[in-house]
Amino acid sequence: MYTRSAVLLTGVLTSGAVMFGHAQEVSPSGLGRPPSATELRDWDLSVGPDGTELPEGTGTAKQGVLVFTRRGCATCHGPTGREGPAHALVGGAVTRSSNYFPILYWPFAPSVWDYIRRAMPYDRPGHLTPDEVYALTAFLLHQNGIIGEDDVMDRDSLPKVQMPHRNDYTVPEVWTPDHPRGFRILP
Amino acid sequence: MKKIRRHRRRFLKQGSALAGLAFTPAAWGALIPRSAHAALSQRSDDQNALVNVLYGQRSRFVTTTRVIEGRSHPDRPAVRPTPHRPSARTPLSDSVGIITPTSLHFATQHHYGIPDINPAEHKLMLHGMVDRPLVFTVEELKRLPFVSRVHFLECVGNRPSPRGQTVSDTHGRMGCSEWTGVPLSVLLNEVGLKTDAKWIVAEGADGGKHTKSIPLPKALDDVLVAYGQNGEPVRPDHGYPLRLIVPGFEGIYNVKWLRRIKVVDQPYLSFQEHSRFLSPDPRTHPDTYDFGPSSVVTFPSGTHSLRTHGQYVVTGLAWSGGGAISRVEVSTDGGQTYRDAELAGPALPKAHTRFYIPWHWAGEEAVLQSRCTDEKGQIQPSEAEYAAYWGLTRQELYGTVQSQLGHCNWMQPWRINRDGSVTNGLPAVEEIADVHA
Repeated sequence: MYTRSAVLLTGVLTSGAVMFGHAQEVSPSGLGRPPSATELRDWDLSVGPDGTELPEGTGTAKQGVLVFTRRGCATCHGPTGREGPAHALVGGAVTRSSNYFPILYWPFAPSVWDYIRRAMPYDRPGHLTPDEVYALTAFLLHQNGIIGEDDVMDRDSLPKVQMPHRNDYTVPEVWTPDHPRGFRILP
Repeated sequence: MKKIRRHRRRFLKQGSALAGLAFTPAAWGALIPRSAHAALSQRSDDQNALVNVLYGQRSRFVTTTRVIEGRSHPDRPAVRPTPHRPSARTPLSDSVGIITPTSLHFATQHHYGIPDINPAEHKLMLHGMVDRPLVFTVEELKRLPFVSRVHFLECVGNRPSPRGQTVSDTHGRMGCSEWTGVPLSVLLNEVGLKTDAKWIVAEGADGGKHTKSIPLPKALDDVLVAYGQNGEPVRPDHGYPLRLIVPGFEGIYNVKWLRRIKVVDQPYLSFQEHSRFLSPDPRTHPDTYDFGPSSVVTFPSGTHSLRTHGQYVVTGLAWSGGGAISRVEVSTDGGQTYRDAELAGPALPKAHTRFYIPWHWAGEEAVLQSRCTDEKGQIQPSEAEYAAYWGLTRQELYGTVQSQLGHCNWMQPWRINRDGSVTNGLPAVEEIADVHA
């Protein structure tokens, strides 16, 4: 496709940033190149609250126990995710001194998946397989009393998990350039 | 080599005599060795002087450094060797003007260390709800239209407090730089936005792949993809080779080592985001974005000492995420009376603004504090006004972690004691029990 479009557009465009066979799909500057399908898939780590980007894979809490040990999670978080010395992953409360909310208080289950894949394990982030991340997510959700031990977590089931504190939250208004701050002390 | 060294010594001895004379290329040739790297790696005493020519150093009498914070979680010892680096605060009590030297600019804790990025290999991908996803090299980004703008960058962890000894303790988690880069609006025009685009998600190349959701109207307003800071490439601990600058917003938005921007239709509520964005108290929502008006006296401030009576200037910094500072007032009597301060230099939007008042000190006890007004007419509150707005007692105010409060922009007073010592002017507050928020 790239070759055909390049041929079609030769003489019209001087830039190498020809893509998808449509002239209007070249950037105004002609700079930049289209990412390959592999790049789009491998670089896009973002998983939104509705889990749209979740990849194929499955895992259960039972499998997660093994991954939690094998991948070294227990070294920092303790054998059951409660003992530390790193942040407790199970239970906990939001207090006045909480900088980070315990997982129990996270509003959306796919966020747990996103953070484990993105940033864990701490000494070697980004090296877990999707199956391992699903299993760890299932393990933590089960330990927190949110899903059953045999519940299979995958791209369809994980977004449907109802987090217990979901309804404590409201979504903020979108900012605009003349957006007023709530805190306004008048003379 | 020996001859060259002798020549250099003679040159250095004659430095004052040579001052004002134009250097000839021949003189420079004698000074600079074939390999500048050799001079930097094997410094003898006189080579140190040479290094000073190659890369200017400050006077040996100037010893100001950043202020290292303690471990963020002293109760949680590291169980493995980690790349964690502690936060370092800006030494504001020694600051002059509005620009923070990059080497003294605060850098928040880097949980995953500082990535060592080769700019020739670094790329920025823009994708998501766009007409044409694109990958740019750093070199390509520098071929696009750019701007240089002066903006403050502040961590939400800044807070006036009776527990702070110095102005670095209370306000050192901020700096102000000239940032050079491509407006994000230019890049979003390159990729073309789809009609349902409402937010962007930015991501860094650090180990934790820090990510932050930013409302699209802000992204199109004044956000920069910066490659320059104070006339040189952004330094590694500030995001080399690319970082996002989100003027006036909390520091956490300004994603370092920027590698990816995804255009989406909702905030992505990643780690650290849901607790800020999704508060059940709608009053906190505006406070998840731009900082309100704030100011602080930097001289005289905590641990300074006035040695003689007589003429001084009381000086400090004012800034607001709402725009330019239009007025600063200074009180020397703890807020009973105020007088207008001079703005000593430019009052740029979302930038530090330097102010001062002349002040005659005759040895009396005094309490110095400043308050500012920004171009939107927003006025910096007192501690009492701030606490009343949120319905908090002083104990609750200081017993609550910053990230759960709104932006902590109340006034910070400094007390001048009769012996000239300067101490925190906020009354002490007792610790309270940690309770459910």
